[in-house]
Amino acid sequence: MTAAQRADGARRRAASGTDREWGTRDLSVRFGKRTALDHVTLRAAPGQIGAVVGGDGAGKSTLLGCLAGAVAASQGEVQRPPAARVGYLPSGSGVYPDLTVAENLAFRASVYGVSSAVAGQRVTGLLERTGLASARQRLAGQLSGGMRKKLGVVAAMVHEPELLVLDEPTTGVDPVSRADVWWLIIIAASEGAAVIVSTSYLDEAERTASVLVLSHGRQLAAGTPAEIMAGVPGALRAIRGRPQEDEQPRAWLRAGQWRVWDPPGACAPGPARGGAGRDGGSVIQPDLDDAVTVAELGSELRPADRVEGAGPGLAGGAR
Amino acid sequence: MTEVLAECVNATRRFGSFTAVDQVSMKIEAGEIVGLLGANGAGKTTLIRMLLGLLPVSEGEVRLFGRPPSRQTRHEIGYVPQGLGIYADLTVAENLQFSRGVYGGPRQDYDAPAALRPFASAVVRDLPLGLQRRAAFAEALAHRPKLLILDEPTSGMDPLARARLWETVQRTTDEGAAVLITTHYMEESQECGRLIVMAQGQVVAAGSAAEIVGQARVIVVQSDSWVSAFRALDAAGLPVALVGTTLRVPQASRADVANALAGLPCRLTEAPATLEERFFELVRAREPAR
Repeated sequence: MTAAQRADGARRRAASGTDREWGTRDLSVRFGKRTALDHVTLRAAPGQIGAVVGGDGAGKSTLLGCLAGAVAASQGEVQRPPAARVGYLPSGSGVYPDLTVAENLAFRASVYGVSSAVAGQRVTGLLERTGLASARQRLAGQLSGGMRKKLGVVAAMVHEPELLVLDEPTTGVDPVSRADVWWLIIIAASEGAAVIVSTSYLDEAERTASVLVLSHGRQLAAGTPAEIMAGVPGALRAIRGRPQEDEQPRAWLRAGQWRVWDPPGACAPGPARGGAGRDGGSVIQPDLDDAVTVAELGSELRPADRVEGAGPGLAGGAR
Repeated sequence: MTEVLAECVNATRRFGSFTAVDQVSMKIEAGEIVGLLGANGAGKTTLIRMLLGLLPVSEGEVRLFGRPPSRQTRHEIGYVPQGLGIYADLTVAENLQFSRGVYGGPRQDYDAPAALRPFASAVVRDLPLGLQRRAAFAEALAHRPKLLILDEPTSGMDPLARARLWETVQRTTDEGAAVLITTHYMEESQECGRLIVMAQGQVVAAGSAAEIVGQARVIVVQSDSWVSAFRALDAAGLPVALVGTTLRVPQASRADVANALAGLPCRLTEAPATLEERFFELVRAREPAR
């Protein structure tokens, strides 16, 4: 596909007057007694990539499923384009293992009413650039994990959706295939789609326009990566040696060095809280990984805040 | 002198006409955390299987604790595969008991992590993934191995859980064991003292993250419309990544980038490459062209 054709797509969308924001507002989802999502607000802006981050059981798949229309909301609002204008890759591979690569894509195109000529042209470029072109006649079930994910992303964007929802497109995918997946994601955003990607890799989230941090069904932080990093409450110290006993619950190891979070109002040890203290270590600027760790620590240290029974939940919390 | 726990000298493994591991030489010393990086098919798993003694070398040599790999050397290794390698239909306690039996005799001094104790009689498949992972770790560490091999241990974990796992890994090396770990998460390889990068069966770089990145730089492109700049760079066949609203172009000169942008109003600066960007440069140099 040429740049001119992509520009056409963006113009078509703009002309149809659908260049609007999608997302959820105060969304809650309950499965029986279990609250999977608790008042979550997510924005998806056209031409932008947004990330939803969190570990296993945080509620990412429920949120993305709701946004894509695959999971029903218990409460709150979901704004999404008509189903035919949504592209969705569920957290599995999102492709039919007993169809070939070409059959998967042809089927998807026909479901979305894209003519085979248009789809063929669009798909050829995407497959060639992501190393899938020579696999057209292979069964999807026989592809490597990385190739299957790439196919899933291509299949989800075959109809140039206005809203593209990708649930963990890079989890377990090797770094080279990950780069290909991200190229596809950038292409979709450059065509004007609002893209929402869930991931547990914070370096990926750090490159996006907006990030929502989920843990145990709750929204711990939201904003641009810079806003989230700037919004870390209290102070963060890098210390030499091991943390003291009272610091241990709010300390973690990063690149071989311990970091200690002092919540607002906490009394940091050492002579100079604002600068470097010989005993207390030095105060550092948090990056996104630190910011999310602090957000999780904060919710772990305030168990009363937790949604009862949200998700399996023990992945992050147990010690 | 530090004890060498594992060593490969020109280790090669062929499957028919395919060479999965090609003349790999490396050492792992006591107390080290070594990260093994590479794309799928780079040869990481084959190398690990040779170290575990599951695959013989076709050529060259693998030595563990100064001896060729055998059932005896396997006793000194703890291994957590990607699929965790614990029995889903046994309880946590049964899994630990089984592995104690396999590794020869009880080690009463091993203390199962407190977080696992309440779940000792739970069937593994009923536990959340985080606890299953802890059980797999407890099992791999129970016989106090000298060498711990972890295949993608943190996939899907949140940063706090990941940091807690690294604490366990660090504690293991503090006690003198060595750890060989594969990860797809480049940021995380900063946790490793030393990295080995593999591509097409060969070691293409080794050293600390800083040593591997070296002087590699990228061109950073800022413009009012990242979309136009992206299209121009992409059409020129340059590898380009989007970070917020700026673009990063590795493996290209300022002139290449300026040419591709063909007069679009953009600001070009240079920045040090990240480990991931350097990794692609190393790996793509070995790849057949697409």
